[in-house]
Amino acid sequence: MSVLIFLDQAEGYIRKSSFEAACYGSKIAAQLGVPAETLVIGTVSDDLSSLGQYGINTVHTIYENSLTQTDGQVYTQVIAELAKNINATVVVLSNNMLGKTIAPNLSVLLKAGLVSGAIDLPETNNGFVVKKNVFGGKAFAHVGITTPLKIITLNPNSFPITKMDATAIVKPFVATITPSKVKVVSTKKVEGEVSLSEAEIVISGGRGLKGPENWGLVTDLAKVLGAATACSRPVSDINWRPHHEHVGQTGLAIAPNLYFAIGISGAIQHLAGVNRSKTIVVINKDPEAPFFKSADYGIVGDAFEIMPKITEAVKKLKNK
Amino acid sequence: MKILVCISKTPDTTAKVTFTANNTKFAEEGVQWIINPYDEWYALVRAIELKESGIVSAIHLITVGIADCDPIIRKALALGGDEAIRINVNSQDSFYIASQIAAVAKEGNYDLVLTGKETIDYNGSAIGGMVAALLEWPFISHATQLVLENSQATLVKEIEGGEQTDQVQLPIVVSCQKGMAEQRIPNMKGIMGARTKPLTVREPVAADSFTSFVHFDLPAVKAGVKLVSADHPEELVRLLHEEAKVI
Ligand SMILES: Cc1cc2nc3c(=O)[nH]c(=O)nc-3n(C[C@H](O)[C@H](O)[C@H](O)COP(=O)(O)OP(=O)(O)OC[C@H]3O[C@@H](n4cnc5c(N)ncnc54)[C@H](O)[C@@H]3O)c2cc1C
Ligand SMILES: Nc1ncnc2c1ncn2[C@@H]1O[C@H](COP(=O)(O)O)[C@@H](O)[C@H]1O
Repeated sequence: MSVLIFLDQAEGYIRKSSFEAACYGSKIAAQLGVPAETLVIGTVSDDLSSLGQYGINTVHTIYENSLTQTDGQVYTQVIAELAKNINATVVVLSNNMLGKTIAPNLSVLLKAGLVSGAIDLPETNNGFVVKKNVFGGKAFAHVGITTPLKIITLNPNSFPITKMDATAIVKPFVATITPSKVKVVSTKKVEGEVSLSEAEIVISGGRGLKGPENWGLVTDLAKVLGAATACSRPVSDINWRPHHEHVGQTGLAIAPNLYFAIGISGAIQHLAGVNRSKTIVVINKDPEAPFFKSADYGIVGDAFEIMPKITEAVKKLKNK
Repeated sequence: MKILVCISKTPDTTAKVTFTANNTKFAEEGVQWIINPYDEWYALVRAIELKESGIVSAIHLITVGIADCDPIIRKALALGGDEAIRINVNSQDSFYIASQIAAVAKEGNYDLVLTGKETIDYNGSAIGGMVAALLEWPFISHATQLVLENSQATLVKEIEGGEQTDQVQLPIVVSCQKGMAEQRIPNMKGIMGARTKPLTVREPVAADSFTSFVHFDLPAVKAGVKLVSADHPEELVRLLHEEAKVI
């Protein structure tokens, strides 16, 4: 028996959310007293034996031309075959776009119960119960998986990356690959340097910023902090900002260490996408803005005056 | 061409979330129910647009749920579904629900099954992918555009950090999100017409459940906001650095 963790990559590097999944999966393996094994599809520049640092015992690798196209259904077949081969008892994936396409598929193929969006280690003393966010972060559910094989997808930014001194064995894996039924016509990168779902700091603007020409107030601070940028729904609806920046109930749900909201009222649907952030800062000229109730720090005042000063102060801090 | 749209019922986005029965049940009293926004705004409305453009001949709706789903099914019919099927069972298990939907999809000879990207209450993001796997059809998730031409679909979908354009032969399952269509409001004619559209209630097929909700809890209440004077924004930066240690 073992825990199998699928690690996905971005342009040749294992994603941060996958390292989190590796740490999470290896902790589950320790809890169950079984080895932690991972699968990496395609070539990566990372030194795979160093995945031992995250508690991984074995890294299975597979390179095939037919796998260069990322197809959730094809990948699912490969993961399922490996899971059977190594007699996996738990399969862990990141709850990112790819994980969300693979996990349900895998659940059907392996007849394995799935909990998506886990935020903590499972309780394994009495059954197998996984904690996840529900109602857009307004509550947690503890969900029991009743099948022998379990699948968990881990929310990005929910589990710490910790390291130890160890190396992993790297082993090539050969799988039967079913050809993809999907023809990829094109792919386009739309995000900036920092991925919004993985970002540790997110600077976000709302309708209070009055127009796209004022977004320097958001992007200047984001730049000095190496942060990702986000926005409220009306802002992307009226095309001040691109759609992929929209966070909230109908947009992306994120959980950065710092969420910095400028000119956003804090409507309940907006909060649903950001209330898992560890620290929330609100800049709003209205002292009654509902966002202050969910904030850790706040300034009541005009963002146009305050933001340049904050950006300056951060620059000073960074230059120290 | 026939489309099956999966419609689920969720609490209104402003609903207060509390639990009863020793924190094992969502407290439904006084809760307003709506069509899950992804199912309504994106999946259903895109299906309606495809029908209006003459490519699609019929839109059927499917809901797995008990009679309290009927009002939201009627609303979906008022928006433009042609007929609805309700599978009369209350379940929170994604595999069980997906098995019900897959059984209907198989029997009804649909060319396309549309779901929302996730339900806003249990946030499973699972059912579309499971239905596709059960039917052994291709699955396109997080789609923001869908165009049909003969038996070929061209779709744009969100991928990590970007987007991808795919081409695939029908039948397929697609999970829909923002970008697919614009929100619509049912008109009087639609509302009147919906009353007489067929809503068939069927009993579930036998299927397994893989998961069960054990209990719920609520996040710890925040300590309260620490306000910094607008005259000293640099103090906020100091607090974020020294106290919260996030920058
Ligand atoms: C079903 C449903 C789903 C939804 N999903 C989402 C979602 O996913 N994400 C989302 O964001 N919204 C969502 N909404 C919309 C949501 O209800 C709010 O309407 C929206 O979040 C408001 O955006 P806002 O805060 O940018 O704008 P507003 O509510 O207009 O707030 C602007 C704020 O800026 C402040 N302000 C103005 N000028 C200044 C200044 N000079 N300096 C500082 N502050 C200033 C104002 O005091 C105000 O608080 C949804 C709504 C529904 C019904
Ligand atoms: N009970 C249900 N009946 C019909 N469709 C459903 C049901 N639950 C979920 N769905 C569909 O599956 C999508 C994804 O749901 P979930 O996997 O639960 O997040 C939803 O957006 C709906 O389109």
